[in-house]
Amino acid sequence: MQRIGVFVCWCGSNIAGTVDVVAVAEALKKEPGVVFSANYQYMCSQAGQDLIKQAVKEHNLTGIVVCSCSPRMHEATFRKTAAAAGLNPYMVEIANIREQCSWVHKEMPIGTEKAIILGKAAIAKVNLNVPLTPGESPVTKRALVIGGGIAGIQTALDIADAGFEVDIVEKKPTIGGKMAQLDKTFPTLDCAACILTPKMVDVAQNEKIRIFSYSEVTEVKGFVGNFDVKIKKKARYVKEELCTGCGACTEKCPMKKVPNDFNLNMDTKRAIYIPFAQAVPKVATIDPDYCNMLKNGKCGVCSKVCTAGAIDYTQKDEFIEEKYGAIVVATGFNPISMDKFDEFAYNQSKDVITSLEFERLTNAAGPTAGKLLRPSDGKHPEKIVFVQCVGSRCDACNEKGKEYCSKICCMYTAKHAMLTRDKYPDTDVTVFYIDVRTPGKNFDEFYRRAVEEYGVHYIKGMVGKVSPEGDKLMVQASDLLDNKQLKIEADLVVLAAAIEPDKSARPLATMLTASMDTNDFFTEAHPKLRPVESPTAGVFLSGACQGPKDIPETVAQAGAAASKVIGLLAKDKLTGNPCVAHSNELMCNGCSSCERVCPYGAITYEDKEFRMPDRTTQIRRIAVVNPAVCQGCGCCTVACPSGAMDLKGFASEQIMAEVDAICK
Amino acid sequence: MKFSYFPGCTLKNKAKDLDIYARKCAEVLGVTLEEIENWQCCGGVFTTAKDEVATKLSSVRILKDAQKNNLDLVTVCSACHNVVKQTNYAMQNDAEFASKVNRYMAEDEYNGETKIYHYLELIRDVIGYDKVKECVVNPLAGKKIAAYYGCLLLRPNSVMRMDDPENPTIIEDLIKALGATPVVYSYRNECCGGYVRMESPELAVKKSNTVIESAKKAGAEVIVTACPLCKYNLEKSGCDIPVVYLTELLAEALGVKEDTNE
Repeated sequence: MQRIGVFVCWCGSNIAGTVDVVAVAEALKKEPGVVFSANYQYMCSQAGQDLIKQAVKEHNLTGIVVCSCSPRMHEATFRKTAAAAGLNPYMVEIANIREQCSWVHKEMPIGTEKAIILGKAAIAKVNLNVPLTPGESPVTKRALVIGGGIAGIQTALDIADAGFEVDIVEKKPTIGGKMAQLDKTFPTLDCAACILTPKMVDVAQNEKIRIFSYSEVTEVKGFVGNFDVKIKKKARYVKEELCTGCGACTEKCPMKKVPNDFNLNMDTKRAIYIPFAQAVPKVATIDPDYCNMLKNGKCGVCSKVCTAGAIDYTQKDEFIEEKYGAIVVATGFNPISMDKFDEFAYNQSKDVITSLEFERLTNAAGPTAGKLLRPSDGKHPEKIVFVQCVGSRCDACNEKGKEYCSKICCMYTAKHAMLTRDKYPDTDVTVFYIDVRTPGKNFDEFYRRAVEEYGVHYIKGMVGKVSPEGDKLMVQASDLLDNKQLKIEADLVVLAAAIEPDKSARPLATMLTASMDTNDFFTEAHPKLRPVESPTAGVFLSGACQGPKDIPETVAQAGAAASKVIGLLAKDKLTGNPCVAHSNELMCNGCSSCERVCPYGAITYEDKEFRMPDRTTQIRRIAVVNPAVCQGCGCCTVACPSGAMDLKGFASEQIMAEVDAICK
Repeated sequence: MKFSYFPGCTLKNKAKDLDIYARKCAEVLGVTLEEIENWQCCGGVFTTAKDEVATKLSSVRILKDAQKNNLDLVTVCSACHNVVKQTNYAMQNDAEFASKVNRYMAEDEYNGETKIYHYLELIRDVIGYDKVKECVVNPLAGKKIAAYYGCLLLRPNSVMRMDDPENPTIIEDLIKALGATPVVYSYRNECCGGYVRMESPELAVKKSNTVIESAKKAGAEVIVTACPLCKYNLEKSGCDIPVVYLTELLAEALGVKEDTNE
């Protein structure tokens, strides 16, 4: 028989407000096995923990039930307390009487009754608990960073700086991401390339960092400390180790009409290309959809002009398998498609552009060499209208947009407006907004400068229609402060399109078994206290893949993710979770049901010799669980038709005892 | 193929051409429109008031009658279509509304089972533009026609589900099938002024003129609409190019239009 202590927490008024904690402690004292019962204001505090430790010693407790908040919050805390008092930490059970009880009920009698029932269930379980000892697994001291934008770059640099090896996998031919496409950065207006490209060079020169550019992660197996990852290096038809990046091929390639995605297809590039001058790695890539040599075997100009002999038309996709201890997701964002927003005539007029396109139009390395010219006729626009919140903060029933605020648009629009007025004082600039949100450091000052010093017209109201008329755009909008309908003429309309996670994020989340929200942003382990960790152990989040972010925030999060990775890689061994599945070999008939449902590939089979009662021997196939890979999800225990599979710490017997206690 | 058909009040008075040619053309295209017996008004725009049940009952009865006939329902007037379809949507998705309505329906309980086609959807989804092309005897070649959608035909998109409300093509595709050239202009899905004409005629004229000017600038010779109120407003605002119902246009191409006032 166990000697169980029950500890009921008030959690200030969080629990005590709707649960009579004294009554709960009294009622639970009468349960079988319970020898001690107490209540305290904050059980997680030092004094509360001391109360538990003292009770363990004084009453020779063998099991503990803490009636408090969710086990996600403080299970680890109380397990440590138990261990400090000399108890096996897995003899602790949490009855969640806060999230699932006091927070959802309003009346004291109901809350109290439910808290007692939940406490009884936990006591019934502890009665059947057995001490568990976690296993250990080694840590592969190398990290993988998926995505080579500013988030991935910063994370990789910080991890490498601590002396660990890092690989960056970037699906584009160069690292740099969205920041490489930007002109200037708010609120300081320093040039994006000037602050980004030195970091890109640092990455290239760092001995600890390997870059797999033009590559994608295709398979992830294993678990924290021991991930097995398969990376596809897409054929770029250029030998990376030979190419010097001289660019001769990109000048001589006769195929000139390839849409240039780096400039958002506002100009063209060659079929063999280097995305931009400061690309890292500075290696050419052939676009197989446009290369005549690859399509029909005619041409070969690039291979003739390449003095390094780097062109290889026969190159194939290559797969690399590597082991990692930690994985950082830094897959970033994209502006949403404007296809469903025809009221702004994006598809009808070349002079309706997105803010990222505007960014390229004002960038010295962009399609107009930095001169702000209308895409339709190359004329200087005299009147520009900016529209904020296009596709952001949409009504839930408006199926074409996003419900969330994209966060960065207010500031970059203020930047665009200010820079336009600064460089072209003759240009009239109007911004339509729902709200102007400028909570960052020096952000509001920046926005006010745009209004007060640069004379940008800010109008509160949304644009309802943009109508191309001749070579002008008629913008129909409302001015909410003046309660007026407006119709103004513009030469250029710039849409601050909402941002969304990159399309590669969803399949990657499946591979990593990392959770996402309804918008496909990765979910953090705790929104406040663990903001850079995914709930999946060993997977960390960096940058806009977790939610819309500007550059300073992204860099801060990238550094935080790196420090978490460093903390993990600094350990030689990881303590595993002892709550893993195991199979009773006498009952297992080797049917493979468990193997089929295991999401982690933790189950294998072996042939084992059994001595039968009649002294003959029999060889039977039985399931074996690898405890280092098993995550204790319990799928196999449900799938097993003969009841041979069971989960330590959550045995079927224990679960049934809980159910019985609740139904009693 | 047979469908239940609801013309609506205006189509028996001001907009007879919309109704007559809808039936005639349907026959040519191999579809019989069977008018619902003893129908009443769809309820008009008043049904868009959310808390009203009584004003939506006549729409529900129309839908129920179609269900009794075991036929899908076809409408042609933009406003009627909007009202009937929104009512049906509410019957399917708003349990409280449906239960209130059914208290008036006696033994005729209805729960949104009827499928509704606008005449344009009937052509696109059931008959097909290829069939229309085959039946054209009098191609409208060379004619530049501006489709005027107005606001009720396509919105709200979550209910109407007819076409992209900001960049529709359903009428343009029909115009092409008739051999004419569709004129695409940006105000084709804007409001004509609607019933604002009663209270503030100048505003309605302003709204209508924006549409007319936009269509004319794009080179339109004719404006085609499915809505009696749109036609009224455009004409009353001094539109100097013809405004015709889409069924008239169809009848002309299919060779069933009578020379009435031309």
